[in-house]
Amino acid sequence: MRRLLLLALALALPSAASAQPGLGVKAKTGQGLYAEHCLSCHGVDGSGVTSASHPRGVLDVRGLGPPLKDVGALAADFYLTTGYMPLEDPHEQPRHTKSPFDKREIAALVAYVASFGKGPPVPTPHPERGDVSVGLSLFTEHCAGCHQVVAEGGYVTNAVAPPLHEATPVQIAEAVRVGPYLMPRFEKSQISDAQLDSIIAYVQWAKHPDDRGGWSIGRIGPVPEGLVAWLIAAVALVGCCVVIGRRVRQ
Amino acid sequence: MGRALESAEESVVIRGLVRFLDERSGTAPFVKKALRYVFPDHWSFLLGEVALYTFVILVGTGIYLTFFFEPSTASTYYAGHYAPLRGHEMSVAYRSAVDLSFKVRAGLLMRQTHHWAADVFVASIVLHMLRVFFTGAFRKPRDLTYYLGLTMLVFALLEGYLGYSLVDDLLSGMGLAIGYSVLMSVPFVGANLALLVWGAPFPGKAEFWSRMYVAHVFLLPILIATLLALHLFLVAARHHTQFRESRRTTEKKVVGIPTFPGYAPRSLGLFFSVAAVLFLLGGLVQINPIWLWGPYHIAQGTNGAQPDWYLGWLIGALRLVPNLDVTIGDYTLVPNAFWGGALFPLLVFMLLYLVPWLDRRATGEYGFRNLLDRPRDAPWRTALGAALFAWVFVIFLAGASDRVFVSFGISYVAQLWIYRVLVFVLPLAALIVTRRFCLALQESERLGQIRKQAEAEARGELPQTEQL
Ligand code: HEC
Ligand code: HEC
Repeated sequence: MRRLLLLALALALPSAASAQPGLGVKAKTGQGLYAEHCLSCHGVDGSGVTSASHPRGVLDVRGLGPPLKDVGALAADFYLTTGYMPLEDPHEQPRHTKSPFDKREIAALVAYVASFGKGPPVPTPHPERGDVSVGLSLFTEHCAGCHQVVAEGGYVTNAVAPPLHEATPVQIAEAVRVGPYLMPRFEKSQISDAQLDSIIAYVQWAKHPDDRGGWSIGRIGPVPEGLVAWLIAAVALVGCCVVIGRRVRQ
Repeated sequence: MGRALESAEESVVIRGLVRFLDERSGTAPFVKKALRYVFPDHWSFLLGEVALYTFVILVGTGIYLTFFFEPSTASTYYAGHYAPLRGHEMSVAYRSAVDLSFKVRAGLLMRQTHHWAADVFVASIVLHMLRVFFTGAFRKPRDLTYYLGLTMLVFALLEGYLGYSLVDDLLSGMGLAIGYSVLMSVPFVGANLALLVWGAPFPGKAEFWSRMYVAHVFLLPILIATLLALHLFLVAARHHTQFRESRRTTEKKVVGIPTFPGYAPRSLGLFFSVAAVLFLLGGLVQINPIWLWGPYHIAQGTNGAQPDWYLGWLIGALRLVPNLDVTIGDYTLVPNAFWGGALFPLLVFMLLYLVPWLDRRATGEYGFRNLLDRPRDAPWRTALGAALFAWVFVIFLAGASDRVFVSFGISYVAQLWIYRVLVFVLPLAALIVTRRFCLALQESERLGQIRKQAEAEARGELPQTEQL
């Protein structure tokens, strides 16, 4: 009986989740979604919103949101699949979260944003053609300064360069060509598509590196190592001292 | 009955051993003395021994590493099994360290144990030093012992830094670049000093690597070992300090357990504990996975590069000092790196070296001090020590602020400003709170004694005169 109830609950849950406010009848068309979720910041037909009440938005973006005229399907797909958009607060850095839209809605929005102008399409990377070793070199040269050499993320002036565990190959290819937030945009003259495949192969590899040496404590070097040295080794050894040094009462 | 028999047997062992050595070396008086040396009996006296045994492990694992490591900057290409490095140009030093980790039998175990031991070595020296400071064990006649210990700490920091740098992975190179710029920042002499050490502008000449290597595997270990021998000799010559435990312990008389049969097994047990902890860590927990960092090439870097923990306080200081260059016209007299990277550690170590002298001046006690204070018995010393510790500790924490930001999302800039305030506030708070706490402890002890006495009198017993 209880099991039946649980089953019924489990079946009911997804429909409950998709019945979120705002994703109602109009949710079918890209235009409708855009009007509801994006228009306030990106303006009619992606013309952008420069607002006097928000003289400075994110970084160099003046106003609520930049124009989307020629960003194309590539940028739209990246910002939507990573959950960066819709942004809640234009003063905050977009973060990787679960998108409130489902696949069909994202496709509709991407198509709609792409229709604003002549932007690049969604890329199709081929990491299987890439070389992990070349990828490491390129990643160290172009990306490690922000994302850390094993792609564990790090601090850059006032922002997080996020860890890349969650990024899919397509998102990586997009990010490199878009340059979200304060990440630079890399042209094909700087990083060719073939090189990009190697970078993606490396990032995919770095999610589960061929590793040795036991429990990898974060793969970011000395900070967690220092914690282990103090909280495990030093504590254990002080414990040994206390036990061994216990007084003998004659 | 049983005990008496046991100790009779044991003294036969001693006598046999002493005779064996004496007949061959004439050292019976010395050996006898050593075996009868009395160790005071409190666990905190063992912290220094942990440092000693960690050093032994460091030397042991280090020797193993020298069999395989090649300290050369000659360029080579990796052709081993590890895919992400295949075809990379790198120094022979780095390649040999990677091969040491992947190919040499027990190589990675030894490398990791060596590195963990280095981290724990400095940690145990710090703990030992805290014990010595807060109990006043540095006072005459042990001030010389204290100076030797402190100097070993300086050498240990340098030794660790060199070990970290020798491998020539990405983090090594970045660490050396920071070290170079800090040395360059010393006013007037910095540039010449840096050129002297590196042989040429960064990354320096090939000779620099052999200099680092000789220093790391020969000069500094020998220096530390020599100081260690002197340190131990002085400890034994002037005897251990001890807490004032009962009426039997006085400035003149040591109470405790003799080396043999009481103390030696304990000490041996401690050695095995240290070895066990270090080798367990070395085998089970990854440290400095150089194959993931990749080789260093000039001007390359990774986000979040950090030194080992014992230099973290310097990174913290470099971050906290506001951008402050002292310039005369176009000439930068004191670059920013000087304040945090050079002046700050100089100041801290100067203070630490001055401790015995300052203590004498403050207390006016110039005599011998063989009995330890409990921290509460010297409220000012304890409070000032807590303040100094809090100061360095805050700056140390600031060194990890970027990681705290990435992991917990606390704004980096906000953190820096909080730390800049805490650097002044926390030591002061530590000073006041610690002093209060010591005084409160003293007071409650006094009250407790009075109550005990009153209760005893009420029960009609004779007043107890035992004075702690
Ligand atoms: C709260 C305001 C806000 C809302 C709502 C919002 N955005 Fe944005 N959007 C921004 C800001 C600010 C940026 C710039 C962020 C950056 O540089 O990373 C941006 C950037 C973008 C970009 C990248 C532009 C470029 O130049 O590459 C795309 C595409 C985008 N938004 C699409 C959308 C879509 C589609 C929606 C609706 C689902 C949406 N945004 C909702 C504020 C907003
Ligand atoms: C200047 C620093 C910088 C450099 C260099 C840089 N990035 Fe980024 N990267 C960022 C920042 C900051 C973000 C977060 C963007 C945001 O939140 O809107 C980011 C985001 C990303 C993302 C999206 C991650 C996610 O899941 O949210 C990917 C993928 C990525 N970068 C890949 C790369 C690659 C590959 C390179 C090298 C070719 C690179 N980045 C170089 C700073 C940088």
